[in-house]
Amino acid sequence: MVGVVIVSHSQKVAEGIREMAMQMSAPEQKIIAAGGMADGGIGTDAFQVSEAIISANTGDGVAVMVDLGSAVLSTETAFEFLDEELRAKVQIADAPILEGAISAVVEASLGSALAAVIATAEGARTLNKM
Amino acid sequence: MSGDLYEVISAVGETIIGNRQMLTDLDAAIGDGDHGINMARGFEAVKAKLQTLETESDIGKVLKTVGMTLISSVGGAAGPLYGTAFLRAAAPSQGKTELDVETIGLMLEAAIAGIKERGKATTGEKTMLDALVPAYEAFQDGAKTGKSVIECLELACEAAKQGVEFTKTIIATKGRASYLGERSRGHQDPGATSSYIMLKALLEHLRR
Repeated sequence: MVGVVIVSHSQKVAEGIREMAMQMSAPEQKIIAAGGMADGGIGTDAFQVSEAIISANTGDGVAVMVDLGSAVLSTETAFEFLDEELRAKVQIADAPILEGAISAVVEASLGSALAAVIATAEGARTLNKM
Repeated sequence: MSGDLYEVISAVGETIIGNRQMLTDLDAAIGDGDHGINMARGFEAVKAKLQTLETESDIGKVLKTVGMTLISSVGGAAGPLYGTAFLRAAAPSQGKTELDVETIGLMLEAAIAGIKERGKATTGEKTMLDALVPAYEAFQDGAKTGKSVIECLELACEAAKQGVEFTKTIIATKGRASYLGERSRGHQDPGATSSYIMLKALLEHLRR
């Protein structure tokens, strides 16, 4: 099952999104929160992200949700710390972090491959709420 | 590590830490107001980490450690950007305990390439590159005419300073400042500023 990593500048945001996503996920779904700095401050830490990616992978790769621009920078930096095999199976979803995470775990719960999980997460960009 | 290397990095770190408010104020004008705070946090962590590297004389290894530390303690975009820059600069200096003009040129070139790749930016977008690229070009001009490390760095610093001034005249098309569009004009870029003051601290330390 594709794993999901949530990269936010805020630890609380990442954990909160993880909690919400767990409600929609299969029991064996890996959802790893990677938010905030080690001292609890606002920001992103590429090491934390790389460790989260490794934890989230159970063989089918990982979809990464991000909040703002430097979360992308940290995640791309994290990619350099992964071995080539894993690196090839990780992708950032260009999607709203919360809605994308939820869509991603729903797709992942169907046993879908990484490309489909990413596509569904990115579909969240155009979801209407009203 | 050699006293020199430790002192150089400490001098650079101290200048950032000492200028945290100025850098934060610049970033408050056109960004999210955290560049100084983040960079200071990063270099405080570097300071602490350097204590554990007392016996390391391989400049590449030390710079790699600086890069890794910045990556995980700066927090904002400057972490991955400067962190990658230091990691890339570590490669040409791997195994060396002293640096010459040629090696420093290669280090600057690698650092800039890392920032461009990571940030998907180039000059003219109101970023640190607007200080660093002119600095590198000036450094290389000096190198080609046989100037010393310090002379080349003097040229580099002057070019970086002019680059910072240049950033005041353009609109940001990268980072948080890019959200402000036209309103970012007239303001000096925080990243270009921190790059310039780091180069200046390096030069001033070597000149002592």
